[in-house]
Amino acid sequence: MSSSFLFRRVIQQCSSVRPLNLISTRFTSTTLSPSDNKTTTESPSTVDPQFKKKIDDFVKSNKIAIFIKGEPGAPRCGFSNAVLQILNLHGCDFKSKNILEDEQLRTTMKNYSNWPTFPQVYFDGEFIGGCDILLGMHQSGELVDELKKIGIRSKLSDVNDKNTPSTPAS
Amino acid sequence: MEINKDNIEKKIRDEFDPTYLVVEDCSSGCGLKFDSVIVSKKFEGKQLLARQRLVNDLLKEEMTKIHAFTQKTYTPEEWEKKQGKDAANPEGQAKASGACSGICENAQK
Repeated sequence: MSSSFLFRRVIQQCSSVRPLNLISTRFTSTTLSPSDNKTTTESPSTVDPQFKKKIDDFVKSNKIAIFIKGEPGAPRCGFSNAVLQILNLHGCDFKSKNILEDEQLRTTMKNYSNWPTFPQVYFDGEFIGGCDILLGMHQSGELVDELKKIGIRSKLSDVNDKNTPSTPAS
Repeated sequence: MEINKDNIEKKIRDEFDPTYLVVEDCSSGCGLKFDSVIVSKKFEGKQLLARQRLVNDLLKEEMTKIHAFTQKTYTPEEWEKKQGKDAANPEGQAKASGACSGICENAQK
């Protein structure tokens, strides 16, 4: 299966809001804590340090941590759906947070990541970017290498290897 | 300043002096949504994340109001290579815009 075919498949699926049955139970969606579900917005200067620590723990204790609109089985946004599809294509396990259910999380993450939009993707505690970046990395083949760096062998590794020209022995 | 395609384009043009720039207003019932392709020398030596942060910082004010902003950022060299690839493989091309379903909390008034 060529990477261009897979890329087209992701794009086609992005336009649909229906969650695909192909998204497996590889993921786990959690909330930080029901008691932390506040409806007030916070400015950068009033970010709760304890809440920030929970985010630190979440992104650092999971190889792939994502913040999306909706749940992996029911994304509420095409961009979040695109990230889910890409991770699924590569066969990645990940943990997710639904920012629509937690206003404090939603506001805090914009400051925490210094990134104004969602979805937000973290690899090994490091902010990678949003949908555009993940899609760009997937298309270029770079995502396979980045996953390898965090100890994840992508299902598309073989496809990537075939598309990478090898240097002939001199 | 009003948020529209022309103003956003002008801001990007003034800051990045792009060799190629497209900003499209793609809102379809979900609020303000823009797709952009920016080709600029200022992206040379910068990873994707750094490039997008530059654009995000430029459009910080707009980002608080618009629903979605898709950006594809290239250096002039990358853009030329891509054009060459696209010409050789037109079937491999797919537009990533339209990922916004229109179903989001912003659309729920």
